[in-house]
Amino acid sequence: MISVNKLCVQVGNFKLNEISFEVPEGHYAVLMGKTGSGKTTILETICGLKKVLSGTIHLNGKLVTHAKPAEREIGYVPQDGVLFHTMTVRDNLAFALELRKWNKKQIDDRVEELASLLGIADLLDRTPFGLSGGETQRISLGRALAAKPAILCLDEPLSALDEGTRDEMCSLLSDVQRLTRVTTLHITHNVSESDRLGDIKFQIVEGVVQRLPSKTAGELSDLTGQVGQEPRLNAEKSAKMKAE
Amino acid sequence: MTEQTTEEHANALKSRSDFPFYTIFIVISAIYVLLIVSMLAAETTYTTPDHIWGSFAKPEIRYAIWLSLVSCAITTVLSLWVSVPIGYLMSRHDFRGKTLIDAILDIPIVLPPLVIGLCLLIMFQVEVPQIEWVNNMLKSISGALFGKEIFVAKGDSVDDMIRKTTGLLFGRPFGVTYEIPSVILAQFMVACAFAVRTMRVTFDQIGTRYEQVALTLGCNRGQAFWRVVFPQAYRGLLAAGTLAWARSLGEFGPILIFSGATRMKTEVLPTTVFLELTVGNIEGAVAASLIMVVSALVVLIIARMFGLTRAGI
Repeated sequence: MISVNKLCVQVGNFKLNEISFEVPEGHYAVLMGKTGSGKTTILETICGLKKVLSGTIHLNGKLVTHAKPAEREIGYVPQDGVLFHTMTVRDNLAFALELRKWNKKQIDDRVEELASLLGIADLLDRTPFGLSGGETQRISLGRALAAKPAILCLDEPLSALDEGTRDEMCSLLSDVQRLTRVTTLHITHNVSESDRLGDIKFQIVEGVVQRLPSKTAGELSDLTGQVGQEPRLNAEKSAKMKAE
Repeated sequence: MTEQTTEEHANALKSRSDFPFYTIFIVISAIYVLLIVSMLAAETTYTTPDHIWGSFAKPEIRYAIWLSLVSCAITTVLSLWVSVPIGYLMSRHDFRGKTLIDAILDIPIVLPPLVIGLCLLIMFQVEVPQIEWVNNMLKSISGALFGKEIFVAKGDSVDDMIRKTTGLLFGRPFGVTYEIPSVILAQFMVACAFAVRTMRVTFDQIGTRYEQVALTLGCNRGQAFWRVVFPQAYRGLLAAGTLAWARSLGEFGPILIFSGATRMKTEVLPTTVFLELTVGNIEGAVAASLIMVVSALVVLIIARMFGLTRAGI
């Protein structure tokens, strides 16, 4: 479970005030918002990468507001994958396990398991140079899931992918979440992605996180109207949905 | 009417050729490149190879080559050790007074080399203040461990104290000023500043994302640095190393002042060039400088091979 209560964070001149939301255990939550709305900041704060001014973060009932990232048992998939270039794909996947001092057999088994789950078995012994965007994201996902975290944080993992790959990755994310039951927070600005994946949807507008009722894409524009949004935003959303 | 004027303008524009622009630029560039090449060609063809080999046989020149190689290697290693933490801290952290520290780190680059030498010389001649409890402690520690007491006598400089300490530790007193350590320190002061700059740019380019991911995967700061960031910085390390090595090989001003130019003692290759010239032995000077030319070319080739053009070599 991810529980954020009255969180205040400041990054440079940008400030988020009194952010509150909750993702129940085992759910796939999507947080939507425009570029610059602060959704990445929220995600990074949950991961422990940003300093909290006030408020609290609970992960699975444990208070982690000021805990180090390592203590949070989180899987983090950044926007562009950010694989470690000096290691092979196998070492990338095994990274968290080596830190946790798993024995070699356990590591090998887990890496094989992840590789077959994510369809990257034939990439294990190469370095990340020259991998496609989809492959990079799969490996990044595998690296994040390796140590079986209770919570998975995805920072726009599909934004750099082409349409076909994005489709594939959507199915993969959905399958992986169903199989592992990991509580997931996925941030995106893409409505179709959110409809397809999220069983809980949040939207951040002008520094306020609102929960959207989980409905299909067609109904979303009416719903956003109901929660008292600016008409301009609605228009943008509908246009985006039509385009997709 | 208007159309016609536009057409005339267009014609006038078309007729303007790029030829004069490129001619001027190419001529200026060519003159400079030619100057560099002919400068090197003149030196390499000045004497016969026999003369050069003859110079190499001189023990003074052999000693200078040996000291240059050893001192530059030590300086390079020291510079890397120092530049990695400084470069990392300056690249990753914002703190009060960072601008001031940044300016201080650039001082060895902008300060005239001779002034650096003079500052170092004066620094080691500063009188150590006599503090009673420090002296008592020194006496008791040295007496207990080595059976011989050392203390700060009146008028003792920093260098005197180093001599006393090394005498106690190694049985043979040696100081810094006018000795081999001064050569290394003089080289290090300048070379390290360049290495720090290079390492800082390197860490800036690597960015914080890799560390952040490593932190979420369970690393502490140290593990994130040694396992993820440091291996990615190898190009920068190589650049900083070659740069530090090249700088220290050519260092002359601070060494002349801080180490003196004593043959078979503090003589490095630039000192040899200077000493040989002052006694009118141009062949000797050319031989010593050729070694430096070849080394510089090797550094240049290594730098180019690894694509380190941004490092400012």
